[in-house]
Amino acid sequence: MRALTWAYMAALYAFIFLPVAVLVTFSFQDGRLPVPPLQGVSLRWYETVLSDRNLMAALGNSLLVAVVSSTAALFLGFLAAHALARVRLPGSVLMRGLLIAPMTVSYLIIALGLLTVFNQTGIRLSLWTAGIGHVVINLPLCFAITYAAMGDQQRSAERAARDLGASDWQVLAHVSAPMLAPALAAAFFLSVTFSWDEFIIAFLLTRFDVTLPVEIWSMLRSGLSPATNAIGSLVFLVSVSLVIALELTIFRRAR
Amino acid sequence: MTAAVSIQSLSQRYGTATALDTVSLEIEAGEFIVLLGPSGCGKTTLLNLIGGFAEPTEGRILIGGRDMAGVPPKNRPTTTVFQDYALFPHMTLRDNVAFGLKMRGIAAPARAAKADAMLTLVGLQGRSERRPHELSGGQRQRVALARALAVDPDVLLLDEPLGALDMKLRRQMQDELKAIQAKLGTTFIHVTHDQEEAMAIADRIVLMNAGRIEDAGPPAEVYLRPKTLFTASFMGEVNRIPLTAGQTPLGPLLSGTGTLVIRPEAISTSGPLALGPARLIDLAFFGGYQRARFAPRAAPDLVLTAHLPQATHLDPGTELPLFATSHLLLETDP
Amino acid sequence: MTLAARERRLGWGLVAPALLWTLAFFVLPFVAMLALSFARMEGREVVAGFDPGNYIRFFTDWTLFKALVTSLEITAVVTVVSLILAYPLAAIIAFRVPQRWQRLALLLAVLPFWTSYVVRSYSWLLVLGQNGVVNKTLLWAGLIAEPLEIAATRTATIIGFVHFFVMLLTLTIYANLIQLSPNYARAAQDLGAGRIATFIHVILPLTLPGVVTGAFLTFVLCIGDYITPQILGGNNELTLPQLIMLQLGRSGNFPLASALSVILMAVVTLAYAASARWLRLDRL
Repeated sequence: MRALTWAYMAALYAFIFLPVAVLVTFSFQDGRLPVPPLQGVSLRWYETVLSDRNLMAALGNSLLVAVVSSTAALFLGFLAAHALARVRLPGSVLMRGLLIAPMTVSYLIIALGLLTVFNQTGIRLSLWTAGIGHVVINLPLCFAITYAAMGDQQRSAERAARDLGASDWQVLAHVSAPMLAPALAAAFFLSVTFSWDEFIIAFLLTRFDVTLPVEIWSMLRSGLSPATNAIGSLVFLVSVSLVIALELTIFRRAR
Repeated sequence: MTAAVSIQSLSQRYGTATALDTVSLEIEAGEFIVLLGPSGCGKTTLLNLIGGFAEPTEGRILIGGRDMAGVPPKNRPTTTVFQDYALFPHMTLRDNVAFGLKMRGIAAPARAAKADAMLTLVGLQGRSERRPHELSGGQRQRVALARALAVDPDVLLLDEPLGALDMKLRRQMQDELKAIQAKLGTTFIHVTHDQEEAMAIADRIVLMNAGRIEDAGPPAEVYLRPKTLFTASFMGEVNRIPLTAGQTPLGPLLSGTGTLVIRPEAISTSGPLALGPARLIDLAFFGGYQRARFAPRAAPDLVLTAHLPQATHLDPGTELPLFATSHLLLETDP
Repeated sequence: MTLAARERRLGWGLVAPALLWTLAFFVLPFVAMLALSFARMEGREVVAGFDPGNYIRFFTDWTLFKALVTSLEITAVVTVVSLILAYPLAAIIAFRVPQRWQRLALLLAVLPFWTSYVVRSYSWLLVLGQNGVVNKTLLWAGLIAEPLEIAATRTATIIGFVHFFVMLLTLTIYANLIQLSPNYARAAQDLGAGRIATFIHVILPLTLPGVVTGAFLTFVLCIGDYITPQILGGNNELTLPQLIMLQLGRSGNFPLASALSVILMAVVTLAYAASARWLRLDRL
């Protein structure tokens, strides 16, 4: 029974890591195809990727869209969560439902809806329009995470701050936001990862300047290449470093 | 600083539920008032109304002669020590205590000095750089007190501040609260459900029940001369003997109609009011006294409780004549 | 102004930006899309109107309707297989792995989550392709004589999906299991239940809301995904999202694409209604 347990665990971890292992291994392929056999170890595909102007521009665009749209989503989500958690408003259940709703709708539908509106109103597609789409998908996430984090401890601390003479904005800036810092950081970070990795909205709502997933998508059309492995490995490396850094700082402290 | 508080015909209703029913109360400047009562009696509601965390359905509150209607908590001359302390976990003790001064635009050096002085007042000197989670419950309580007092409020509101502390620490904090209040002269309004705590610290106890003020007065008066049966039993254990036109289950004791109230410490083997012979059921040692239960011969079902001296030696089953050294006749509850 | 009115005004002020954003960029686009789905194409021109033609066409034209059937079949298999694989893994991490290693084990189990979504599907192409790792290994071991045709089939799509959702479900189910007080299992065993009986009668029912929530999430994300079937599934059959993208790209038929999207949304709504009783979306 015990051996079976560990065997099962090992098998699943193998399944989970197989594609990533293959991806990273063949990014070092000294040949034109990222499939076995491994003909030698070389960094030339990384060179190719890092000197590819389109790819690096797309990387910059992705980061820009991710950071700007996540900041907006976090700001909107935090304020709304604060209002709905603290003030008794008529129809608050309905408002909560509405704010969460985009989470249950396929990105494709959100993208197509926005595309319809942008076409009809003559708004030209750009990184901004993709950013708008990313705020739509990340706002529910930021709202839900911060709303869930607003417990009784925050409520009474906010009450005490008001009692000691803080205005509504001072309460938000000096008490609510600092106390929620771990939740806010988690929401922001998750938003950034979702946005920077998002494909379908970015694909349908950008035109000339594109984001990284869209650029990688166009690389795929020319077939298998170790260059795709190299950029994929780099993205993975950056994301994992971020996760580990966060795990070691914010989330460790929060516990 | 200090101010008088005038509460005029205050009512608070939530839908059909009445939390506070036309309550009026005059509190003098510098008085230490304790609002006492069972949970749900309206004492916390009253405190919230004074602090400005809720608005009354009817009535007015004046602090220092100024009408508080529509004045939010931040503009009231009151501050609160909350039951859960509500310390800001992300700030040092100094920043916690200085928070109110910061909100009032006091410069950083001045407010740090004041905060350190307040921490010294509550016995936490040298710990300004600590954070709340490094403190014990009693220390957190002191920080909450220092923080509320740092802005020199006219009226300090305390919402069951000692409820989370153990018995020994609670007694110690009661003495300190009393001393600090005497030193500063600030009006203190303190909510509790513990009648011993109330008697230990209050200049005047205001006993509340079901949204109304049941009784008010200095501790000794409320304890010894309660106006109602509710007050009598809330302030401590009592023996109740029904009296109808001069007749009681124990025979004719005195004239009148109502309930005869006798405290356990007023029952003895001699005294002005004879209660007749009774048989000892059992005896338990309580430290300062022994708690005895007696079944009177005339009415064995009416058990009388008495506090007998520490050194009493009696066996259960012993019969002896009982007397009351003092008693009260109160109206029976409707 | 009274205290309550002042509070309410502040509340409205804080919630308004998020609400307006959602109305302008989520509700309004959906309404516009709904309206567009009732328009029709004349040549390359969109003619507005109230014409249910796109919907009628979908339900009568098997080449269109088949996409929905394909999507549902794939999604059903993916959801069931992912749950069956993920639950034991989550349970092993929660109950068998020592406490101090649990967070690490979990972090590892979802690490590939952080590869780019597009790249993840592409990686499976390297594993499953004709010259891929699996075929090369099997050929080398002499287990097969000819390379297996896995890539560009429905099987490849399903493997790609299962890989992603096993990670997601392990995370959600683990979060559920770890919240259970160990005293539930102790009480059941104390009362004479064996390990299996304890699991069936106590643990499983208690984690059902989490399992249903995870399954719903899997369903929504899987049925609406374009990338995985597009990269791994080949062109033998189309899923609903692929069909929608085809309408946008090749023919510019926005009305039909809109109608198909509305249908996709309706399917998700039905799934939501079916599982609403157990769903805990607020606890994701």
